[in-house]
Amino acid sequence: MLIEIRKKPFNAYAEMQYYLDSLDIAGKFGATANFVGSMRDFNEDKKVTHMTLEHYPGMTEKHLETIAKESIEKWKLLDVLILHRIGKVKVSEDIVLVATWSAHRKDAFESCRAIMEQLKSGAPFWKKEETNSGAKWVEKNTPGF
Amino acid sequence: MQVSVKYFASLREVIGEANSVVDIEEGSSVSSLWQSIMDRKNIEFDNVMMAVNMEYVKSEYQLKSGDEVAFFPPVTGG
Repeated sequence: MLIEIRKKPFNAYAEMQYYLDSLDIAGKFGATANFVGSMRDFNEDKKVTHMTLEHYPGMTEKHLETIAKESIEKWKLLDVLILHRIGKVKVSEDIVLVATWSAHRKDAFESCRAIMEQLKSGAPFWKKEETNSGAKWVEKNTPGF
Repeated sequence: MQVSVKYFASLREVIGEANSVVDIEEGSSVSSLWQSIMDRKNIEFDNVMMAVNMEYVKSEYQLKSGDEVAFFPPVTGG
């Protein structure tokens, strides 16, 4: 399991491969599921130029760790990777990566979705968007279901 | 007794500070602390989320001396 808050841009797909290569689970997993969230150039009909992501150092990591550990237990996962950006994020950069590995697809799919939804609703991160009409805190996340 | 208080994101801007140390009565709940802060700062803030020692708590949670309390708006990560 690896959970990291990153200040610098990352390539989610390269990170996933790099992490997988560091594991000793080849032959044990039959399913990999992942979710990658990237920055759009629009929100609610406004052009967004960039945004700043803030977190609660300590609590954010602790919260994500709890979600990951509970998911490993519930879905018998072989491993979980969660990366999340903070700081200034530019259009098209990756914001979040969740990847799960399991023996069969059901557990990988379900756990990846569940981790992402729990992250969205509970992990202490906040986005401030810079638009053509000024900066604005995002007030809530859109429902995932 | 004293507790340390942190504010994040839009709430930090509304409050005008990121951290403070606050004197409260023994046995105070986290919601009574929040109400006293809103009264002192003369603000209204809906949907505040509350954490103590980096874990979410219910509004009736009873604070202890030295607790780290955090107030923040709904989270918007991912």
